[in-house]
Amino acid sequence: MFEGIMIGLTTALSFTNILMVIGGVLIGTFIGMLPGLGPMSIIAIMIPVAISIGDPSAALILLAGVYYGAIFGGSTSSILINAPGVASTVASSFDGYPLARKGQAGKALTVAAIASFVGGTIGAILLMVFAPMLASVALLFHSAEYFALMVVGLSAIAAFAGTGKVAKALLMTILGLIMATVGEGALFNMPRFTMGIMDLQSGFGFITLAMAMFALPEAIYLVLDPKRSKNEAGTEIKDLRITREEARQIAPVIGRQSIQGFFIGVLPGAGATIASFLGYAVERNIAPKGEQEEFGKGSIKGLAAPEAANNAACTGSFVPLLTLGIPGSGTTAILLGALIALNVSPGPRLMVDQPEIFWSVIISMYIGNVALLILNLPLIPYIAKILAVPRTYLIPFILFFTMMGAYIGQNNATELLILVGFGIVATILRFADYPLAPLLIGFILGSMLEDNFSRAMQLYDGIGFVLQRPMTMGLLVIAVILVVLPSYRARRARLRAKGVADGD
Amino acid sequence: MKNFNLTRRVMLAAAAATLAFSAPAFAGGNQVLDSIHFLIPGGAGGGWDGTARGTGEALTASGLIGSASYENMSGGGGGKAIGFMIENAESQYGTLMVNSTPIVIRSLTGVFPYNFSDLTLVAGTIGDYAAMVVAKDSPINSMADLIAAYKDDMSGTAIGGGSVPGGMDHLVAAMIMQAAGEDPTAVKYIPYDAGGKAMAALLSGEIKALSTGFSEAVDLANAGEVKIIGVTSDERVDAFGDAMTMKEQGIDMTFVNWRGFFGAPGLPADQLAAYQDVIAKMYDTPEWEEVRARNGWVNIHNSGDDFRTFLENQETVIGDLMKELGFL
Repeated sequence: MFEGIMIGLTTALSFTNILMVIGGVLIGTFIGMLPGLGPMSIIAIMIPVAISIGDPSAALILLAGVYYGAIFGGSTSSILINAPGVASTVASSFDGYPLARKGQAGKALTVAAIASFVGGTIGAILLMVFAPMLASVALLFHSAEYFALMVVGLSAIAAFAGTGKVAKALLMTILGLIMATVGEGALFNMPRFTMGIMDLQSGFGFITLAMAMFALPEAIYLVLDPKRSKNEAGTEIKDLRITREEARQIAPVIGRQSIQGFFIGVLPGAGATIASFLGYAVERNIAPKGEQEEFGKGSIKGLAAPEAANNAACTGSFVPLLTLGIPGSGTTAILLGALIALNVSPGPRLMVDQPEIFWSVIISMYIGNVALLILNLPLIPYIAKILAVPRTYLIPFILFFTMMGAYIGQNNATELLILVGFGIVATILRFADYPLAPLLIGFILGSMLEDNFSRAMQLYDGIGFVLQRPMTMGLLVIAVILVVLPSYRARRARLRAKGVADGD
Repeated sequence: MKNFNLTRRVMLAAAAATLAFSAPAFAGGNQVLDSIHFLIPGGAGGGWDGTARGTGEALTASGLIGSASYENMSGGGGGKAIGFMIENAESQYGTLMVNSTPIVIRSLTGVFPYNFSDLTLVAGTIGDYAAMVVAKDSPINSMADLIAAYKDDMSGTAIGGGSVPGGMDHLVAAMIMQAAGEDPTAVKYIPYDAGGKAMAALLSGEIKALSTGFSEAVDLANAGEVKIIGVTSDERVDAFGDAMTMKEQGIDMTFVNWRGFFGAPGLPADQLAAYQDVIAKMYDTPEWEEVRARNGWVNIHNSGDDFRTFLENQETVIGDLMKELGFL
């Protein structure tokens, strides 16, 4: 192994490859900042370029750089304009956007950059140490466990328990789950609930829905409520720095979530999205009482948790890709395609046959993460200035990128109609004070939940798998705890408050 | 302002990508057509996309056509693009639409209001065989072993695939079991929404065997992950000569997942002939060979009437099986 690392080090530190890392992360961050262009489309665009390079190490280093660069940059649109372009940055908008609204956009971006950097770096260290061992752990998870894991992911909505909107949050989650059933799922060969409309046959697009739920209502709100934008433009982005106190607060969060995120990322099919939701839910649950209330209103912990987790998970997803040849997500599937086109067969023998590729990619991840941090920190004040743009420019800007994001992936104009339709519904829901994030969580997890549940049912001829597989049972118990604990705490707090009032 | 910079970078990246695809077109003496517009019924990055762009790349680079343009029109699992070709037929004579086996399956299930015979059949160009694979440390080493294991424990011997029930991977598995003398409706087929997840399930032991595309199976077999216990070709395939055919093992069936090109209905005969000519000539060019090898495709050329016979035959076989399985 040590020998392999040395070969990797010399390969990764060659001039071309350093150039590849820096080029890759640059392209990745900048395109990733645009809502609607996730790592998947960016990598698809970059593949011909990478293949024309010819050298598999350099090509993979470039593509990996683009990948984690995009995850790094993806949080920017979530934080600044509430438009998460990728499912894994939805959780970042929960607290990132409120922070930006409070005039702390600079700080939010700094926290996100640092959390991403640490998440990516810890992920790379864990990848180097554990990759060979983890391959077998990834295979312990069957459909039954994935189903249970999705249930744990759904329990993230319990985070809304304290806000007094439990019923509304549940309603929205169910609505999201219902919306996920539209179209042809993996399990039925006939389309469901499409009402004969051909454009619905592949279901609602995630990006369209995310833009409709978050970004579009934001723009409409700015139009309808000029006061809101005024106080926003008034606040200067002066406080980029995070105080020592704040650093102390987020350090353990980032540490925990980097590790947890990495291990979730290793599981094929779970990935960065689940990692970010779970990270958010777990950190909210273990936060002290007072800070818990901050979650959802602009907590730096609530921003740091999903950011560290999704970057670490993205690194983790290289474990099944490189050691088993299994793509755990759409993005890694495209990467696998590129590797095969370059005559590299990922699998257990990659580490033995072509150690320079295996190790140089991992080592390039350290360099890439450092490069990302150095490139991004000085740019933050300029990026954050987007918010200081007068709203006569900001609104068209948001509208343009929202529309472009929904259209660009599919080249399908019907997506625009769906976007506007749901955008209006979402605006009304927002006026009625319904939280929209649970809807999106339900939608994202819905199809995975259903697919894995019915696979497990089919394999075990019924619901018996819950009892037959201890790991499934264990995960379901964790989900119950995650749901019950916050509600119990909230209830107790209410009772105590009442008791105090009575005592007076 | 910052955002202008951002957009420019996107444009640059996009331009770089386009450049890589559209190599300079030399209008040499062998040019047959000025241009072809490729209609791709799915989004960027999929199998149809790769086929159309790869074909366009080989045709322009070899000088057989002057230029190629591409349009992605997703929606309805490809149905939207088919409808577009039919409804705007006369303005689409310069367009070739890429498609593959699912057009047959989906026409049968009625997901599409159209059938492949509503279009002008140009040519089938490439294909991939199907394969049955097991994990590398599985006790199963041949189709006979798999069928014995299946007879022994029908409920515990699940076969997975990357398509919906009634989709291609399921139909292939059912065809194989049927040809082996088993009841195709009794096979426990577990669907996964992508090939990669199905592969993970195979390695984790959740499923005992996997029905998948041969080229995908070869990549994994080369990486030492799986054993190919049967391939649905007539003869052994050079790309992986160790893999026995189904026929060799007494299971009389073959299957090809083809990809090919369709024109608008009513395409004039001379234009159709020109398209078929340009595709036929493409196979002899080194540019095509490079694209083909890079993607691991198998040349399976069926032009005109051969293509029709092939498709009609596939429609009958698949249709009969789907009726038996209860999908029709």
